[in-house]
Amino acid sequence: MFLRKLATVTTFVGLMGSAAYAANCGPEGQSIRILASDFPAIHAVAGTAEENCAGGASEFSTNHTTEARQIMNAALTPNPSEYTSVILANSTLTQLMNDGLVRPLNDLVEKYGENISPNLLITIDGNVMAVAFMANSQHLFSRTDILEQAGFEGIPATYEEVLEAAEMIRAAGIMEHPIVMNLSAGDGGWNLAEVFNMIYLGHGGEFFEPGTAEPAINNEKGLATLEVMKALAGYAHPDHLTHASNETQGLWEAGQAALGVMWGSRGAPILDDEGSSEEVTSNTVLSAAPTVGGGSIPAATLWWDGISIASNVSDEEAEATFAALVSALTPEMVAANNDDAVWLLNGYQPGPAAAGVSATAQGGAKPYPMIPQIGILHAALGKELSDFLKGDESAEQALADVEASYRTSAKEAGFLQ
Amino acid sequence: MKHRTFFWFVLPTLSAMILFIALPIVSVFIQSLFVEHEQVLVVSESCGPFGCNPTTTVDIEATEKLREEQPLGRFNGLGTYFDRSHLALADIGEAWATSESLGEFWSKVYNLPFYNALTFTLAYTFIVTPLVLVLGLAIAVGVNNLPRALKGLAIFISLLPFLVTPLVGSLILFWMVDGDGVIGATIQRLFNDPTLSLKASTPLMWIMLMVYGVWHTLPFSFITFYAGLQTVPEDTMEAAQIDGASKWQSMIHVVVPHLMPLVSFVTLMMIMDNLRVFEPIVSFKAEAHARSLSWIIFNDLRESGNPLYASAGATSLITIIIVVILMMPVLVRTWRDFTRKSH
Repeated sequence: MFLRKLATVTTFVGLMGSAAYAANCGPEGQSIRILASDFPAIHAVAGTAEENCAGGASEFSTNHTTEARQIMNAALTPNPSEYTSVILANSTLTQLMNDGLVRPLNDLVEKYGENISPNLLITIDGNVMAVAFMANSQHLFSRTDILEQAGFEGIPATYEEVLEAAEMIRAAGIMEHPIVMNLSAGDGGWNLAEVFNMIYLGHGGEFFEPGTAEPAINNEKGLATLEVMKALAGYAHPDHLTHASNETQGLWEAGQAALGVMWGSRGAPILDDEGSSEEVTSNTVLSAAPTVGGGSIPAATLWWDGISIASNVSDEEAEATFAALVSALTPEMVAANNDDAVWLLNGYQPGPAAAGVSATAQGGAKPYPMIPQIGILHAALGKELSDFLKGDESAEQALADVEASYRTSAKEAGFLQ
Repeated sequence: MKHRTFFWFVLPTLSAMILFIALPIVSVFIQSLFVEHEQVLVVSESCGPFGCNPTTTVDIEATEKLREEQPLGRFNGLGTYFDRSHLALADIGEAWATSESLGEFWSKVYNLPFYNALTFTLAYTFIVTPLVLVLGLAIAVGVNNLPRALKGLAIFISLLPFLVTPLVGSLILFWMVDGDGVIGATIQRLFNDPTLSLKASTPLMWIMLMVYGVWHTLPFSFITFYAGLQTVPEDTMEAAQIDGASKWQSMIHVVVPHLMPLVSFVTLMMIMDNLRVFEPIVSFKAEAHARSLSWIIFNDLRESGNPLYASAGATSLITIIIVVILMMPVLVRTWRDFTRKSH
């Protein structure tokens, strides 16, 4: 299995980092300041680092905030910067690298990296820019009891089958709106645009002309993507343009949906015995993101979360911060928080909540692109696609609008001339 | 007052206004004239847990060098003001040339982000402002005619919407109109349509935002008019009564003219307030149906990795100009009142 293979690479070396040995915290008396998102897996990593190394540090503070993405560039720009480390993901690493705010970690990895298997190193032209520790992706959630009742055999593997199953459920009078997806146009439409990204990559699409910042989404694959999105929206709750993860999880736990495309990190909260009924949890199965349009890879973007170290801090602080955070990436930490994430670390026992992300990664889904100008295209998609989904304009017009909006912003940001 | 005395008298206010109002606007204007330097891209390879991919990265050193030479960025003049995200003159010209009917032309213009937001913002301002004026006056008169014992309580209740933070107030309404919420479910039952959703339809979303706007700003106009009603001269009212004026007639011919300066004041405040409509759009997650000028500014600044300062600055200045144009009639009226009185 993909995750187990990732995990076993570090079996032997991993033991050396276990708690039986005192954690190696690097230089003493340094200030360690971490900026991170706010979900359980990140709390586990930062919390363990604090337990291990706060004693030897002059200061150890962690700011867990859902606004991390919005404040990180501003917080890391001054010298010395507000934080010594940001725990980030694919898209946010690009965002910081665009401004040169994170430092290469090659020498630190050499010194403290005995726990880290080489495939967790995020390297760009040989420079290690981050160390990943968990994976995430959106994928399919299915209610087997409802699929069976509607007469659909097995679990849908393609979006075409998802639509077919949805139609069967509707025709059988079980549910009028069996699909839930994160299609929210709120907060600049990030979720809506991400669904486009997933299905577009599933069609084998490319976002830009290779090696340039020229957009390349206004094509057959883009049109096909919008068609699939429109068809899916037709089976989704009428309020789908306001639905993000909290709403879709709520609908699922309330038993009001039978097919969902949601984040893997929502798997554990959905499958646990809180907030839902036995009927829902026992019949919920997580599987790979569906393929689409005859494509061979799951229509999804893979995400990792990992550690980075700020450029604008002293070398000693950088070293102490890296040592503290790496000291948390042990099998013991994973064992204590096994179901909080799909860990990429040694000691992880993939449970049912990890099945979806694991299968999606194994199926060869593409990682979320680490291209400097992808954030601008993502924002343009978020702004311009809702008119199409509401039925106010054609798919051709929507894609033309996205490209026009992207060009305007990209010119202002200096990516296009 | 002597000019000299007057000068020293207003100096503190004047300097505060220059420091905190005029200079920031000038700074925003200057920023709106510049765009980011060219980003020097280099092709590279990125590797991670999911394999290796060719990609591009920004050449930090080269970009930094450009930035040091010209810290403000590249001079773009008024280019940002006329691009597709703002006044979009080129796109409008093209729409005019290629459209066969006025409707088609309008739908093309409405598709441009700035005009789309402007349409909602103006509609919101021109529907909410008069409603707040009329309803505020009506409630003030109603409360004024209540028995003394009930007045305190009535005033307190009428002021409540103003005490709720806009973000929270609109979030509460957002949950209430949900299909599972008390208002949403009632409406579904009323129309016997279980799929009816206030959040899925553009007109219903607009109505909801405007209802929220009226509900939230009503206390301001109510309390201003209520205070004004306490100053209506008894003599004039009595004289009107003796002349045989009905309650309605004395209301229209005595009370309203007496309150006219307050009406100007409330209108002025309401126009400024309503033009910057923002919080309910975020709370209602209404971006798919309604965007306002303030929302565009917010969204430009929130493109986390690449905040579009020039774009946000240009929208801000255009908004200021629109505010001035809209307030012109009221300002002219106030000026006339002032000069008439001083003679």
